[in-house]
Amino acid sequence: MLSNVVASQIQSHKRFGGVVPEIASRHHTENITLIMEQAMAEAEVTFSDLDGLAVTEGPGLVGALLIGVNAAKAAAFAHQLPLYPVHHIAGHIQAARLEREWKYPALALVVSGGHTELVLLHGEGEYEVIGRTRDDAAGEAYDKVARTLGLPYPGGPQVDKLAEEGTEDIALPIAWLEEDSYDFSFSGLKSAVMNTLHNAKQRGEQIEPANVAASFQASVIEVLVEKTKRAAENYQVRQVVLAGGVAANQGLRRAMEKAFTASDVELTIPPFTYCTDNAAMIGAAGHVQWLKGNTAGWELNGVPGLALY
Amino acid sequence: MLLEYTSTSPEQTLRTAETIAPYLKGGDILTLDGDLGAGKTHFTKGLARGLHIQEVVNSPTFTIIKEYEGILPLYHMDFYRLDDVEAEEMGLEEYFENNGICVLEWAEKISPILPPERLQITIQRVGENKRNIRLEPVGESFIERCKELENHEDISN
Repeated sequence: MLSNVVASQIQSHKRFGGVVPEIASRHHTENITLIMEQAMAEAEVTFSDLDGLAVTEGPGLVGALLIGVNAAKAAAFAHQLPLYPVHHIAGHIQAARLEREWKYPALALVVSGGHTELVLLHGEGEYEVIGRTRDDAAGEAYDKVARTLGLPYPGGPQVDKLAEEGTEDIALPIAWLEEDSYDFSFSGLKSAVMNTLHNAKQRGEQIEPANVAASFQASVIEVLVEKTKRAAENYQVRQVVLAGGVAANQGLRRAMEKAFTASDVELTIPPFTYCTDNAAMIGAAGHVQWLKGNTAGWELNGVPGLALY
Repeated sequence: MLLEYTSTSPEQTLRTAETIAPYLKGGDILTLDGDLGAGKTHFTKGLARGLHIQEVVNSPTFTIIKEYEGILPLYHMDFYRLDDVEAEEMGLEEYFENNGICVLEWAEKISPILPPERLQITIQRVGENKRNIRLEPVGESFIERCKELENHEDISN
C-alpha cells in the first residue's frame, strides 16, 4: 500500500454563497482528479507504472458511482490500462488482505452505518451472503440511539464511549429471528430504547444515559458475536474478519477477541483507516479481480443496487 | 381531505401500506414522516410487498437512496443526513421524473425541489405499539385515488 487518499483530506474550495449545481458537480469532478493526482504523487508512481485501475461499481448513490466509474474509464482508456470493477462490500472484506493472507473457508462480519452482513468466503473472491439486516444496519441503530440520547452525529463512537461508563441494567430485547437464520434486526431494539426513555419521562424518572448506552451496546454485540460464532462453527471456517466502520467499536472488538481467542479460528480486524470507506480497500479487492482476470469493458456503469461479487 | 388509520403492530402498519400500494402509479411522490421507531421502514416494506418486490427492504438512512425493482421501481430515500449542496448534487429530479414510486423521508430537507403533487403520509406514535397513520393527498390525482382508497373495505384489518 503506497498511498490511500480520502477526499475530505483535501482542502475544499470555498463554496459560493448559494447552491450552483454546475459548480457543485464540477467541484465533485475536480476532486476526483485531484485525488488521483495526489494518490500517485504520494506513491511516487505515474500511469506508466500501473498494471490496472480498480473502481467501485456499486452499490451506492448513482451520482457518486458515476463520477468514479467515468474517471476510471477515462484514465484506463487514455493510458491503455485494464479496468477492474469492485463491489463496495468486497472492498470492506478485502481490506483484511492488507493485513494478512486469507485462510479459506472464511467468514466476514461487515458492520457499518449502511450494512450489516455475514459473508462466507469459499475461496479467493468467492462470496456468499448468508445473513443481512432486515431493517436498520447496526451502525445506523447506534446513530439513531445517539440521536435519541441527544448525542451529536455521527453518534456511534459516542455511544460506544458512553457505554464504557454505564452498567447494563436495562432489559432490552434481542432479535434472534428464526433458529437457523443469520439475519439481523435492530429496529425492535431501537424502538425498545425509545419506549424505555419515553416511559421513564412520562413517569418523571431519570434514566442514566450511560446505562442506556451500555444496555443497548450489550444487546447489539451479543447478537452480532453469537451469530458470527455460530456461522463460524457451522461452516467450519478457518478465519473470521471483522470489517466496516463499526469494527472500530471497542466493545465489539473485545467481544470478538474473547469469542475467538480460545478457538482455532484466526480473527482479523483491519486497522481503523481500512475499516471506514477508503481507496486502499477497493485496491485490495481490485487485486483479487486482477488475480482472477475479471476486467470490465467500456460499458461499465455505476449500479446502485449491485449484488455482491 | 385526510385519511386516517390505526395500527396496533408493525405487521398491521405493513399491511396498511400493502393495501395502499395498488393505488399507486409510476411517478408518484410519497412523503413519509414520523419519529424514530414510528414504523417508516415497516410501512415501506408494506409498499414493497404490494409492489411484488422480492428484495429485503431495509432502512435508507445511511445510504440515502435505496432502489428496488418490482412491478414498478421503488426509490426509498431518507434526506436526514443531507445538506443543501448534496441535495443539489444527487440529481433527485431524475428520480422524481422517472416511472417509479419515490418514498421520501425528511422531505422538508429538499423542499425547494419537492414536486407539488404528492401523498403526505404521517405515522404518529400514540402508544408503545399503537400508531396513527394519516394520508393527506395534495393534487387532484392523489385526492381522486384517496377517495377510491376510502371505499376500500379491509384496509389495515
